[in-house]
Amino acid sequence: MNVAVTLDEIRPDTLPSASEAGPAPKRIVVAYGFWIFLLSDIVMFSALFAAYAVLVRATAGGPTGAQLFNQGSVAIQTACLLASSYTCGLMSLAVNERRRDATYLFAVVTFALGAMFLALELREFAGMIAIGATPQRSAFLSAFFTLVGCHGLHVTAGLVWLTVMMTQVAVKGFRPNVQRRLLCFALFWHALDIVWVWLFTVVYLMGVHP
Amino acid sequence: MTDTHYDRAPGYSSRTVEAGEATASHAGIYTLGLALAVILTATSFWVANTSLLWAPGVSLGLAVLAIAQMGIHLIFFLHITTGPDNTNNVLALAFGVLIVLLVVAGSLWIMGNLHDNLMPSAELMDLHMPH
Repeated sequence: MNVAVTLDEIRPDTLPSASEAGPAPKRIVVAYGFWIFLLSDIVMFSALFAAYAVLVRATAGGPTGAQLFNQGSVAIQTACLLASSYTCGLMSLAVNERRRDATYLFAVVTFALGAMFLALELREFAGMIAIGATPQRSAFLSAFFTLVGCHGLHVTAGLVWLTVMMTQVAVKGFRPNVQRRLLCFALFWHALDIVWVWLFTVVYLMGVHP
Repeated sequence: MTDTHYDRAPGYSSRTVEAGEATASHAGIYTLGLALAVILTATSFWVANTSLLWAPGVSLGLAVLAIAQMGIHLIFFLHITTGPDNTNNVLALAFGVLIVLLVVAGSLWIMGNLHDNLMPSAELMDLHMPH
């Protein structure tokens, strides 16, 4: 008895509204709560973006973004994060189908791409610090390291979270609460990609452009 | 028995998907999102590096491309829809966008004003510089 199939043929305006359909399923409520967290996280990033945009010209005679940034590396980082977002989506599908092997496979690929992103970012930071472009050098560099570093810390947290979730899948299996956590992780990972879209646009592309 | 069926975003499935074509189409939706995101990203990098475009418009163009890509991510990856079970998420998103705009635009506006009105002029700065 699957009413969903017949309801598909009913015009959308005859569907019950969310309030008439009774309490929302728990996964909807959990996703909503996590969505609120993600938005608050994005609001925090917006403050860092604002600080960066205000301080971008305050180089105090030090190196500017155009001198420091390497677009090739940024392009590879972008590709890594975008591809890992894609494999994370495929992992969500595998989780929905409770396919353990596919879940592990896509989780490993997601982790590897995220780790590669982090490695490239750390290499960029190390290269900048080696030539004296440290956060102490100018207000511009303080804002840059805060903004980009904060995103990097989020990616690091995401990698740790992914490892924890794979352990939970291995030990507990696809229990409903584990599936909800995996759903939250996917939301987190995709949201990080949205932040990165603004990062490479505002910091690296607009910064290099005169 | 009251198994209601809401509007669903591309790739979104609230219950276990039956294997087979449904899976393929869902993966296809993610692939479509990825393809669109790659196109927009590549365009962004091209716009930032080309000399064919009117230079003052490049920043605006980059912002538009970023907004478009954010939309692609929201729809294809984060599954934001207009469906009834998503109303709250859309409202929260709208509020979040409002706050983000206020913080960023407000900061730039106020700090720009302060910079113009309170920064000592270059000559004045030179007086204090220990040369």
